[in-house]
Amino acid sequence: MRLNRKFFLQIFFILILLILGWAILNNLIINLSRTGIGFNFYWLSKPAGFSLAEQPLRYSPSDTYAWALFIGWINSLKVIFSSLVFATFIGILIGFARLNKNSLIGLISAGYITVIRQTPLLLQLMFWYFVGFLNLRNNTFLNFKHLINFSIQGIDLFGIKFSSEFSALLFGLSIFSSAFIAEVIRGGILSVPFGQWEAFRSLGLSERKGFIKIIIPQALPAFIPGLTSQYLNLAKNSTLAIAVGYSDIYAINDTIINQTGRAIECFIILLSSFLILNLLITNIMGIINKLIIRSRK
Amino acid sequence: MRRFLCLISLFSLLLTGCSKNDQENISRLSLIQKRNQLICGVSGKIPGFSFLNSDGKYEGFDVDICKAFAAAIIGNTKNIQYRPLTATERFLAIKTGDIDLLSRNTTFTLSRDSLGGNGLTFAPIVFHDGQGLLVKKDSGINILKDLANKSICVGSGTTTEQNLNDTFETLSLPYTPIKYQDLNQVIAGYLQGRCSAMTSDRSQLAAARSSFKNPANHLILDVVLSKEPLAPASSGSEQQLADAMRWVVFALISAEEKGITQSNIENKVELAKNNPKLKPLRRFLGIDGGLGEKIGLSNDFVINVIKATGNYGEIYDRNLGKDSRVSIPRGLNKIYSKGGLHISPPFN
Repeated sequence: MRLNRKFFLQIFFILILLILGWAILNNLIINLSRTGIGFNFYWLSKPAGFSLAEQPLRYSPSDTYAWALFIGWINSLKVIFSSLVFATFIGILIGFARLNKNSLIGLISAGYITVIRQTPLLLQLMFWYFVGFLNLRNNTFLNFKHLINFSIQGIDLFGIKFSSEFSALLFGLSIFSSAFIAEVIRGGILSVPFGQWEAFRSLGLSERKGFIKIIIPQALPAFIPGLTSQYLNLAKNSTLAIAVGYSDIYAINDTIINQTGRAIECFIILLSSFLILNLLITNIMGIINKLIIRSRK
Repeated sequence: MRRFLCLISLFSLLLTGCSKNDQENISRLSLIQKRNQLICGVSGKIPGFSFLNSDGKYEGFDVDICKAFAAAIIGNTKNIQYRPLTATERFLAIKTGDIDLLSRNTTFTLSRDSLGGNGLTFAPIVFHDGQGLLVKKDSGINILKDLANKSICVGSGTTTEQNLNDTFETLSLPYTPIKYQDLNQVIAGYLQGRCSAMTSDRSQLAAARSSFKNPANHLILDVVLSKEPLAPASSGSEQQLADAMRWVVFALISAEEKGITQSNIENKVELAKNNPKLKPLRRFLGIDGGLGEKIGLSNDFVINVIKATGNYGEIYDRNLGKDSRVSIPRGLNKIYSKGGLHISPPFN
C-alpha cells in the first residue's frame, strides 16, 4: 500500500510536468501563429545566401541554412576543444606553481590568477583581439624560414593557417579558464591531508616521486567536479566569439535570425546544441571519475 | 489523492487562462496613449542618426522621427523612452512588444515587411540610402575588382551582409567577410587594418569617417552596392499604429512642401483659421475634415508634430545638414518638387 502511494505520487508529478510543458509550448505556438509567424523548421533547407570566413568544411552561399549552422557548430567545437586542452595544460602548470615553495613563482602565479579571474571575459577577448592580434605586423624576427608566420591575418604554423579571430578567441578562452582551473587544481591538492606528505617523506620517497605517486592520485577525485564545471563554463563562454568576429554557431545564428526572422526556432537549435554538448562533457567527466574511483579500489 | 487532483485541475485552469491575452483587445496605439509614453527603439551609436550627446540625451535624425511620432500620438516629446538595440535585437523587440516602434535606420525589404518574414509593417521611407565601401586612400583600391581575395569588415545581422555577398557572388569575386556584431567593432577592425575595406550604408560610412582622426585619408568608393531605403517600423498586426506612423511621416514631408516650418506654424494656423478658402491647408492642419480622428490621433496632430520637430527638411538640416557634425548631401532625400524622392499623398 505504501509503495503504491509513492508510485502514484510520482506518476502525478510526471503528469503535471508534461501538462506544464505542453501548455507552455502550446501557448507559444498559438501566440506565434496569432502574430502570423508560425513555428516550423522548413526554412532550414533553403539556401543561406551568406558567406563565411571560417570554413572547416566546403561551404558556399548557395548551401542550406542547416549546413551553415553545422559549419558554425564545427567552428564552435573547434575552438571549445582546443581551448579546453590549452586551458587544462596552463591551469595545471599555474596550479602547481601556486603551491611552489619558491615564493617568487608562487607570487607570480597568484598575481596571474587574481588579474585574470577579476576581469570580465568579454573585455579580455576584446583586449587580445583588438590590442593583441590586430597589432601583429609581419615581422622577420618571428619569421623562421616562413614556417611560423605572424601577421594581422592570423598565425601560419607550418602551413596551417589560424585566423586572428580564432587565435584571439582560443587565447582569451584558454587564459581565462586556466586561472579557474589552476584554483581547482590547488584546491584538490590541498584537500589531501598534510599527514600524507609527512608519511611519504618518512618513507624516504623523493619530493617529486611522492607528489606524483602519493599526492596526485588522492587529489584526482577532488579535481573532477571542479574541472567539469569549468569545462561547462568554457563551452558556454565560447559564444562570446561574436565580439571578435569569429563565425561560431551563435554568430551564424545571429545572421540567420536577421535573414529569416526565425528567432525562436534558432534559439531552440542553439540551446539544444549547447545542452547536448554540455551533457556530453558532464557524462565524459563522470566516466573519468568512475574510472579513477575504480582504479583506487 | 484528492488534493492532487485538485492541484492538477487548478494548474490546467491557470494555463488555459494564459493562452488568452487580456490586452489583446486594446490596440497598441490606445495602449501608448493610455500609458502616455512612447517606447522607441533606436541604434544609439550612429552620429547624425541616433547617439548620446554630451548631455546624455539621445539626438539625431532617427530620434527626431521618434519625437514626431510621440508629438502626434501622445502630444508631447518628453515622455519618450529610447531603447538602444543591436541589429539582431531590433525585430525581436517589436515582436515581443518590448518597444512600440522602431526608428533605427532599418532597411525596408519584402521579407521584413511580410507576415511570412519578420512580420513588421513599415512607415514611409524617411531616408534613401545606398550601401557603400570605405577604403584607405593609400591602399590603391578604386573599384570593386581591386577587393578580390581581400577581407571586408561588415556588421552581422544586417542587409549589408547579404548585399555584399550578392554583389561579390554576381561578379564571381572571392572575398573574406569578417563579421562583427556592432558597428563600432566593424570600425575598429577596419582602422586596425584587419580588413581592406568596411561596408555599410553610405550615410553611416560618412558618419563614421567624420569621427576618424584623419577623415581625408579614407575614401568612400563611388560604387553603390544596393539601395537602402530606411524606414521606421512597427508590428505588422497593429494596423492603427501603422496608419498613424505612415501619416506622421507624410505630414513631415507635406509640411516641407507647403513651406510650413517650426517658426511659422503659428502664423499658418492663424492664416488657415481666418481664411475659409484655404481648404487644403485647413484640412492639413486639422481645422476642417477631421482627418486625425480617422487614424486614431487628435485632429491637430500635424500642428503638434511641426511644433515639436519642424518639417522634414528642418529635421534633415539639423542632424545631417551642412552645419551639422555629419554632413551628408541631401541628394535623393530632397522632396520631389526639388528633384528628390520624397513625396506625400494628399491629406484628403
